[in-house]
Amino acid sequence: MKPLPELVCPAGSLPALKTAIDHGADAVYMGLKNETNARNFAGLNFDEKSAAAGIRYAHDKGRKVLMAINTFAQGVDISRWQRAVDQAADLGVDAVILADIGLMDYACRRHPRLRLHMSVQGSATNYEAVNLARERFGVVRAVLPRVLTVDQVRHVIEHTDVEIEVFGFGSLCVMVEGRCLLSSYATGESPNTHGVCSPAKFVRWEQEGAATASRLNGILIDRYGAGEAAGYPTLCKGRFDVEGDTYYALEEPTSLNVLEVLPSLLEIGVAAIKVEGRQRSPAYVAQVTQTLRAALDEAARNPQRFSVKPAWQAALAKLAEGQQQTLGAYSRPWK
Amino acid sequence: MRVPDLTLPPLFASVVSRLPATPPNLALVTLLNQLLKRGVLPADMSLLAGRHFAVDVLDAGLRLRFGADDNGFVLDDGHAEPDLRFAANAADLARMMLREEDPDTLFFNRKLTIEGDTELGLIVKNLLDSVDWSETPLARFMAA
Repeated sequence: MKPLPELVCPAGSLPALKTAIDHGADAVYMGLKNETNARNFAGLNFDEKSAAAGIRYAHDKGRKVLMAINTFAQGVDISRWQRAVDQAADLGVDAVILADIGLMDYACRRHPRLRLHMSVQGSATNYEAVNLARERFGVVRAVLPRVLTVDQVRHVIEHTDVEIEVFGFGSLCVMVEGRCLLSSYATGESPNTHGVCSPAKFVRWEQEGAATASRLNGILIDRYGAGEAAGYPTLCKGRFDVEGDTYYALEEPTSLNVLEVLPSLLEIGVAAIKVEGRQRSPAYVAQVTQTLRAALDEAARNPQRFSVKPAWQAALAKLAEGQQQTLGAYSRPWK
Repeated sequence: MRVPDLTLPPLFASVVSRLPATPPNLALVTLLNQLLKRGVLPADMSLLAGRHFAVDVLDAGLRLRFGADDNGFVLDDGHAEPDLRFAANAADLARMMLREEDPDTLFFNRKLTIEGDTELGLIVKNLLDSVDWSETPLARFMAA
């Protein structure tokens, strides 16, 4: 039987890291307090001291810590990104998650024993891209963008020795990870350059009577009526007037949830299942981690008769953005 | 122990809202400064100095107001427009503080209102999340 995929959980803070470990994560991923990672939010992430404490905590319990350095080095001075790789290596992380191939080159030359994971921001969607990253930089794992069906993921796995990690739960982006520049259009900053989709300094939430309006650099993203579930203030999740019709023109606020296809993911041999949400609180990390842990263990015990427990779905539904869930690209029944 | 799903009766709010505001504000500021002094609250005061904060406990009719300077949290005269305002019912605020619920979840569900400077809001939210209660006697009250 194939080994159970690693459950990789988000840690935006030391308490979130400890919570993930305590609730059954096999690995956690974290970032430093700067633009070298794609969740560069004020007050979030780790400095050297909290990173060292987190790594110690995880290693004491036999779990792994991955460091996300998954933005693209900007401008003439790329030393900050290189320094982040050096810091990760010095701290003793189990792997770094990189998107920028220049940085992969730096990491594999400078730290030949540091494991390299290719970030979802690297946009590798086929086995040729994944194998090239292994051949050139010694990449041992690739995180696939959320654009592939289960069959397409299987096809990648069958043609590579690189471990394949896929997303299991979390806020869904418009699924062009690594290629999305929508927020640049509104703010001049994007996840790949500044590590954030809707930079907080551009976001305004305003009460307009019973409704709440969200604006990104003055652009009205959405207006939520009383009791209507809200989402993140990103352009892709906004409601826009398109030829007289106001609707979610790009994507509804929703979260990916793979519980329904978990046995298939196990069967095709994914190496790891990732939970999105470094920007979320320890409470979220606890609830998602323990739910996916229970589901994975159940699927391993009883793959033939695996069924999704209503309690798992309820726990995840509550946490979902816009309180909606989808299988995203994994399920394309017409294909 | 879970926070019960409970909304305080309107009478409670009508009584509390008539009480003087200083004692609860003073209690909150004192508590925050204690946490700061003991290193439990890993706040970078330079990010908060000169800003005004409001926490409205809607069903309790409690309107907490305070400010910050380079050294810690201070009472403010309540006249300044808050830079950041959190508003929710008592049970939901308790769930957030005890880490039973994620603030984003409460926000998506429209149970938590955050108004004002969004960046300051993130700083405060992430500050609360980064408190390691496991290092304090309060750990046994925490959900996660």
